[in-house]
Amino acid sequence: MTISRADVAHLGRLARLELTDDELDHYSTQLDVILQAVARISEVAADDIPPTSHPVPMENVFRPDVVVPGVDRDEVFAAAPAHEDDRFRVPRILDEE
Amino acid sequence: MDLTRLSAYELADALDKREVSAVEVTQAHLDRMTAVDPKVHAFLHRTDAAALAQATSVDERRASGAALSRLAGVPIAVKDNLAMRGEPTTCGSRILEGWRPPYDATVVARLRARDLVIVGKTNMDEFAMGSSTEHSAYGQTRNPWDLDRIPGGSGGGSAAAVASFQAPLAIGSDTGGSIRQPAAVTGTVGVKPTYGGVSRYGLVALASSLDQVGPVARSVLDTALLHEAIAGHDPRDSTSINAPVPDVVGAATRADVRGLRIGIVTQLSGDGYQAGVSQRFAEALEHLQHLGAEIVEVSCPSFEYALGAYYLILPSEASSNLARFDGMRFGLRAGDNGDNSVEQVMSLTREAGFGAEVKRRIILGTYALSSGYYDAYYGQAQKVRTLIVRDFAAAFEQVDVLVSPTAPTTAFRLGEKLDDPIAMYLNDVATIPVNLAGIGSMSLPAGLAPEDGLPVGFQIMAPPMADDRLYLVGAALEAALRDQWGHLLIEEAPAL
Repeated sequence: MTISRADVAHLGRLARLELTDDELDHYSTQLDVILQAVARISEVAADDIPPTSHPVPMENVFRPDVVVPGVDRDEVFAAAPAHEDDRFRVPRILDEE
Repeated sequence: MDLTRLSAYELADALDKREVSAVEVTQAHLDRMTAVDPKVHAFLHRTDAAALAQATSVDERRASGAALSRLAGVPIAVKDNLAMRGEPTTCGSRILEGWRPPYDATVVARLRARDLVIVGKTNMDEFAMGSSTEHSAYGQTRNPWDLDRIPGGSGGGSAAAVASFQAPLAIGSDTGGSIRQPAAVTGTVGVKPTYGGVSRYGLVALASSLDQVGPVARSVLDTALLHEAIAGHDPRDSTSINAPVPDVVGAATRADVRGLRIGIVTQLSGDGYQAGVSQRFAEALEHLQHLGAEIVEVSCPSFEYALGAYYLILPSEASSNLARFDGMRFGLRAGDNGDNSVEQVMSLTREAGFGAEVKRRIILGTYALSSGYYDAYYGQAQKVRTLIVRDFAAAFEQVDVLVSPTAPTTAFRLGEKLDDPIAMYLNDVATIPVNLAGIGSMSLPAGLAPEDGLPVGFQIMAPPMADDRLYLVGAALEAALRDQWGHLLIEEAPAL
């Protein structure tokens, strides 16, 4: 298993990272090394072993359905990169056409 | 009397007897921060004004005869990945530079409710990814024992703050050893409680199935007092355990290992461990045996695969958790020039805001979760996790606690492993199995390695929700070593 520069570029797009050329070179090499180091896990884990996603199995945990104060709206907007009226202001989300 | 040399327990006692005021105690620690933190750089932000206001309030209420919590007026440092309302919370990342959370993490709220005095936020590897605190975007923290060496990570700031007597207590978070390994290399005590034992609400998530908040201090009893103050069920954290908190303070006071069965994990010793680390570990076992514990060796064969499983599960969960940093609602936004689309702005923001190690792990996690590779990597790692849980369960049928060195080596030099991810990851080989299984674990000082004079950590691991056993064994060992040395190990740290 090797990871190419193109693979890293693709992963960068999926993860919304505008990677530089240097980073593409660097990460493709390093990811190969890391994946080789972790590949040994395939030696042990057989089909009949169930996966563990979480150390403490729990189901349907809900807090009591009571109204509690939320965070302060002004404080939230004060910490936002841009806002307008009572909304976050974001760049355009649709193409021009 | 130098108030910064006292333990939290002693400070609480002196405050209770009104021998000192909370303002005096707080000011002494703020002065100490001014004097030594330019050398150590344990703190990213100081909260002087809020700290002194809190201390004044404690003194006023004490004077009026109000009932106060045991640790009221005792200073504490908080890792910078816990939200503190109105104060900077950066997680050591540029992407959160200048962000002030509009809410408190539950742990921070509990500290406030119990009147502990928060003096500042501590440095860390960016988003807690690292074992040296060198991956912070705001400069490295230095080890108080040797300023050219790492303080461990990711919680190097919390450990270094406590080790350099800038605060008697600190809060850390531990995903693969980020409380315990810094404790080991700085000669302090750190505990990762059982998963769910302390609320994660307001802890900026790294890997949600592994992350756990916990206490850092200079002695086992102080650690227990802080553990007790922050633990317990929180309806705001759905993974929080709804059960009584184990009596950790009682256990730290009892400090009795007579009749206890202690298991050495075969796979967490020997090759790859520094000679002086192994030597101090063996001597600590002799102490415990002398105190009446029975020492046996236990094999946990799947632990060999823990590091591999961890470095797939952690990046996978992290790549998902860090998707929230998109430059839209909080933190940094880059490239918003009116022409770029929202996706371009997100990509430019994340590229500008995240450091090298964070990007490395996001890419790795994205790969491990992507279609076609999920079963081979993430799925397989989850099966290994099952094997590790089973190994622990089988081991705890034979013994009451398991032990190992906390880290394979003492503190390494700054820069030594910075661009070698695998070498950096290997530091966590002994601490990671605990996180995968969700059990509790402590690191406490076992002495100085003869070859370099640097602290060695002794790790104790207990079954789920039996965190009190960590304190029972830790306090017994600490007392024996204190008798041998005439003081706690931290007393030997350089004055700075």
